[in-house]
Amino acid sequence: MVQLSWLMELSAAIFAIGVAGFLARRNILVMFMSIELMLNAVNLAFVSLGSRMGTMDGQVIVFFVMTVAAAEAAVGLAIIISIFRNRQTVNADDLTLLKW
Amino acid sequence: MPPILFWFLATLAVLAALGVVMQSNPVHCLLALVLTLLAIAVLFIGQGAVVVGFLQAIVYAGAIMVLFLFVIWLLNVPVESGSTGRLAAKFLGAVGVAALLAELEVFWVPSHLQVKAAGQVAGYGAIDALSQTLFSEYLVAFEITSVLLLVAVIGAVALARRTTDAETQQRPENSARTEKAA
Amino acid sequence: MTIELVVGAIEAIVMVLIGLHLSIFLLYFERKGSALIQDRVGANRANITGLGRKLGMPNLGIINTLVADPVKLFTKEDFVPEGADHFIHGLAPFLALFPVLITFAVIPFGDTITLGGHTFNLQAAGINAAALYLLATIGIGVYGVALGGWASNNRWALLGGIRATAQMISYEIAMGLALVSVVMTYGTLDLQAMVRAQGGVWFGFLPRWGIWIQPLAFILFLTAGVAESKRIPFDLPEGESELILGYMVEYSGGKQAAFMFTDFAEQALTAMLLVTFFLGGWQLPWLYRDGFHLPGGHLIAIAPLAVSILGVIAFLIKVVILCAFLGLVRWSLPRFRYDQLMRLGWKGLVPLGLANLLVTAFIIVAMGGAH
Repeated sequence: MVQLSWLMELSAAIFAIGVAGFLARRNILVMFMSIELMLNAVNLAFVSLGSRMGTMDGQVIVFFVMTVAAAEAAVGLAIIISIFRNRQTVNADDLTLLKW
Repeated sequence: MPPILFWFLATLAVLAALGVVMQSNPVHCLLALVLTLLAIAVLFIGQGAVVVGFLQAIVYAGAIMVLFLFVIWLLNVPVESGSTGRLAAKFLGAVGVAALLAELEVFWVPSHLQVKAAGQVAGYGAIDALSQTLFSEYLVAFEITSVLLLVAVIGAVALARRTTDAETQQRPENSARTEKAA
Repeated sequence: MTIELVVGAIEAIVMVLIGLHLSIFLLYFERKGSALIQDRVGANRANITGLGRKLGMPNLGIINTLVADPVKLFTKEDFVPEGADHFIHGLAPFLALFPVLITFAVIPFGDTITLGGHTFNLQAAGINAAALYLLATIGIGVYGVALGGWASNNRWALLGGIRATAQMISYEIAMGLALVSVVMTYGTLDLQAMVRAQGGVWFGFLPRWGIWIQPLAFILFLTAGVAESKRIPFDLPEGESELILGYMVEYSGGKQAAFMFTDFAEQALTAMLLVTFFLGGWQLPWLYRDGFHLPGGHLIAIAPLAVSILGVIAFLIKVVILCAFLGLVRWSLPRFRYDQLMRLGWKGLVPLGLANLLVTAFIIVAMGGAH
């Protein structure tokens, strides 16, 4: 019998790893992948809770999160391509134009 | 879902997630992320969310990650070499993440987790139940999501395409050059 | 519980063996069948005993294609090009082959079989949402090709890999749309239920196969399936006369054998899916669970085990005929250019698929429920 707490702890662990990756890595694409990790951790939490409560709401919300993640990935990657065309870098440390 | 399967998938997912954030080659990071996504998809299926689990494999691991892969190749992202300094920021980041993890653990361990556990009806997670809920309670969100996808496609194409010479000339910073030439 | 596991494992092994043997048949057809079509001799050099030549028989090429070629492929040196990523270079053929092989598990190859009181479906994995599983494995199959092209450290292999990936994900959409129309027609995602719904006859003689209900979806799925398996006329990624082997060019030995095998296995898989969705699967016209119900009211009673075996044989014959048809298409049509290919996929098949979907939905609502 899989406990709900195990699933929630797994979700928390993956979320924390995603946060660590986002803060520690400087390559924009790897930061983007860490964002996707965080989204997936949240999806796991939604589905686990929904399945424990016997309702379909968790899965529907995951459906929407997946769609929004797809849209966000498309637009974000387009932005990264534009940045690369202008700055020739994908290192977040080099994008300091707005720094005072 | 038998516990041994859960522990196997959980270990796989955590190791793959660690692989995502720790690998130096972006393509290896991407493959590790695909592995994480597939492990999570199997976890979904194991809990009865069959359609959403397969959708995770189709949409996330099969389409979005291929998009990532293409962008990595397009930009010819280099393999990161060594540490980039800023050790203080990394240390503070690690402390922050540890604090986040501790806080999540404290609040999500079930002695604090009041969940009304209920059994799953027959056909839970099948496409009938999903579509019933999706198209009745969440219909407005569904329609807005379709508009969102359309906007995202238009935005992505508009942002990422190469501007033609005529459009580059029309930009204000380029008009000074043409005035000087004329 | 355990007997279901054991039977499932045996069915999975049977299905993989069917897939493997079909792929070997396709390999033989590729050498000798194509020679027949092109009015030449084909592979006829390798011999073991030389007995056939002494007796004046023409060399059937079996030793050549089925023994000598695999031995050659597996004993060749396996090199990794300089500067290539060793791990991904080794992983890519596996990533290409694995999704195709696991898809064989959900295809129903017979009705039911009764062993000691338990009734088992002749389908290795009875997943309720099997149609979604198909789309998922096809989506994962993209990675092997893409990474194979990139990991070769060769710009033409990379080009071949990128073009192959773009082709596969474009035609995945057309395939998905055709699949959704079929799913709507039968009202279920389960493949065995879909095949069962194709039993029976109309007007006493026309078998109730999916191709009569969804002809456009059949054509769409056929085209998209041929494009997914990168066979001619869609074999631009391989481009045999131009790119030599496209994304496989830096592979040799067992890894190339794996890629080649993926090609044939995907072709067999496309044939099996077409048979399952549109040609009645294992259904034989007028054959029901208790025997033949011929028009005119005759009944030829047959034992249930024989009925199941007849179903399996019918399935295999249909798949072989369709594989031969795909081979005929392969040797008849010229290759599409890349822009023609993309235009066909996006501007041709996707609108047709959507139109088919709309018409199917309209007819289903007008008839008040699923067919």
